Amino acid sequence: MRLLTHNMLSSNIKGVVNGFPLRIEAEKVAEKSVEMNREFLKKMFQKVHWKAFVDASRAMGYTELPEKADSSMLNSDEFLNRFHHALLELHLEEGALVCPETGRRFPVNKGIPNMLLPQEEVLLSIIIC
Amino acid sequence: MASRPEVVAPPEIFYDDSEARKYTSSSRIVQIQATLSERALELLALPDDGIPKLLLDIGCGSGLSGETLTEDGHHWIGLDISASMLNVALEREVEGDLVLGDMGQGLGVRPGVIDGAISISAVQWLCNADKSSHNPRLRLKAFFTSLYKCLSNGARAVFQVYPENIDQRELILNAAMHAGFAGGIVVDFPHSSKRRKEFLVLTCGQRSVNSSVSKGKNEDGESCSDEDSEDEENQTVCISDRHRPRKKQKRNNKNGKGKEWILRKKEQMRRRGNAVPSDSKYTGRKRKDRF
Repeated sequence: MRLLTHNMLSSNIKGVVNGFPLRIEAEKVAEKSVEMNREFLKKMFQKVHWKAFVDASRAMGYTELPEKADSSMLNSDEFLNRFHHALLELHLEEGALVCPETGRRFPVNKGIPNMLLPQEEVLLSIIIC
Repeated sequence: MASRPEVVAPPEIFYDDSEARKYTSSSRIVQIQATLSERALELLALPDDGIPKLLLDIGCGSGLSGETLTEDGHHWIGLDISASMLNVALEREVEGDLVLGDMGQGLGVRPGVIDGAISISAVQWLCNADKSSHNPRLRLKAFFTSLYKCLSNGARAVFQVYPENIDQRELILNAAMHAGFAGGIVVDFPHSSKRRKEFLVLTCGQRSVNSSVSKGKNEDGESCSDEDSEDEENQTVCISDRHRPRKKQKRNNKNGKGKEWILRKKEQMRRRGNAVPSDSKYTGRKRKDRF
């Protein structure tokens, strides 16, 4: 799973108000290089939640990203390269995603996060609400 | 007609390891899926600015439909409930990211970030109640509301569906409209029972006001060939004819059914989506005797 996807995913447990961002517990991280597309990066920059993105990249062991970013930085190649690397080339292979509100762990196996909620849990959360 | 997989077992059980492999190794299914996803992408009507988009593939399975998206240069996130199908997708090294999840529980995607969504032959599964706690109405509602939330303004969602009957189509469409979507159903090859394909084209937000639903293939309001254009004289029987020997009456049919009849039949077959040779000056002509 790339950080691009992580930045879009939120916890879908019923009753959770703030299911974003899911905390990353990384066990194995892989890197696959892909071609860079500036236009796509510029467009995604507006959509990415920067704070969550930086935190996630740190959890994956990549610390090159600046704490704060604004659109003027998109003109620098260095920044774009780092942004590209963190967004599209870092893959979380094994580990877990943790819901920030309930602490529920969603395991990640072979790069696929398991977001399935067993039936009992769904019922339980309905009762609690 | 083959039985519907929906009536056999729930998706996560029906698509087990062997079924998932069978599905992806059948070249016929691969081809059908590819054409369906191409058509879905066409109906998605993404702006043609060369910038890759972030798309959602709901019920991505082994990533057959995702491959079409990758070929077009888009980034995609695939969601499926069957772990076996996703494993096959991993083996095939698809480009998109895969998520194991149940669309009936909501998509779990942040609001307003997705540029478009496609789903090939998946949404009808939501109409089944496979577990005691499943309520198709609620699951459809959860799915469509979460989808509406995560799509950006003006984005489209195209679902290819196989509804079992009219009620099911109505159920799906109603759930979509309740969630706030505008749009409708596009039917390709409406006259053919085999090639008939239904696409649910939904738009979200602003652009929906003036966007008309695209036209289905092969239903461009072609002229309904007038049924009574046949030679009237051939049909009427004069009183004097009754007393004539039989032989003479039969002569009318000697030259076959006539060019007009052939053209009408060909048109009919074309509407059903069959491969029909094109019309030419030779259509309906008699062969030479020496042939």
